[in-house]
Amino acid sequence: MSDEIRLILKEHGRLSVDATTLGDDADLYKAGMTSHASVNVMLALEAKFDIEFPDRMLKRSVFETIASIRDAVAELRPR
Amino acid sequence: MARTGSSALLGADVVEIAQVARSVATFGERYLRRVFTRRELAYCSADGRDAAPHLAARFAAKEAAAKALRVGDAPLDWRWIEVARRADGSCRLRLHEGMRTLARRRRVGALRVSLSHDGAYAFAVVIGDTRAPGRRRTRGR
Repeated sequence: MSDEIRLILKEHGRLSVDATTLGDDADLYKAGMTSHASVNVMLALEAKFDIEFPDRMLKRSVFETIASIRDAVAELRPR
Repeated sequence: MARTGSSALLGADVVEIAQVARSVATFGERYLRRVFTRRELAYCSADGRDAAPHLAARFAAKEAAAKALRVGDAPLDWRWIEVARRADGSCRLRLHEGMRTLARRRRVGALRVSLSHDGAYAFAVVIGDTRAPGRRRTRGR
């Protein structure tokens, strides 16, 4: 799943580095992701994984790293 | 001179208008309805105007307000911060749900907002203050 998240970050995250080279725990905000870009990332994740982020997950820390995004998606994905 | 027990709040943000237009083109209604209130969307698309600069200015205002309120890692639905227009054309902020609760908990007084857009960018600044607990306003002597 991390590679799919990297591709979404590459397309929508507006990062200053290549998202495919980022480690799972790299800080995406320090890598250049703005709040507005994080909205696009969220919408792309919802479309890709057929999920919807609830209010409680609309937090900076959820979108801070590939690992935190992966955990959130895993929690929301239909089992 | 600073007032004892209160502190100033300040936030600013700049948004590239083309990025907002790109989000609208890519995600359409899903983007618009997740970020903006119905009233904001009605204003930004009224009279056949180009919505993107107005939407970008509003997103900048929401982010500026989030900075001023020191949202940190609290949940933030962008629709909880709404830019409303007064009859004279000036703007003000309406806080809803989680942001209203957070502002009350932090004893935030009135927030003031100013928006601008020119060329490729939209900009907003928000100022406000926090009230000291247990202090009442007294008339000047």
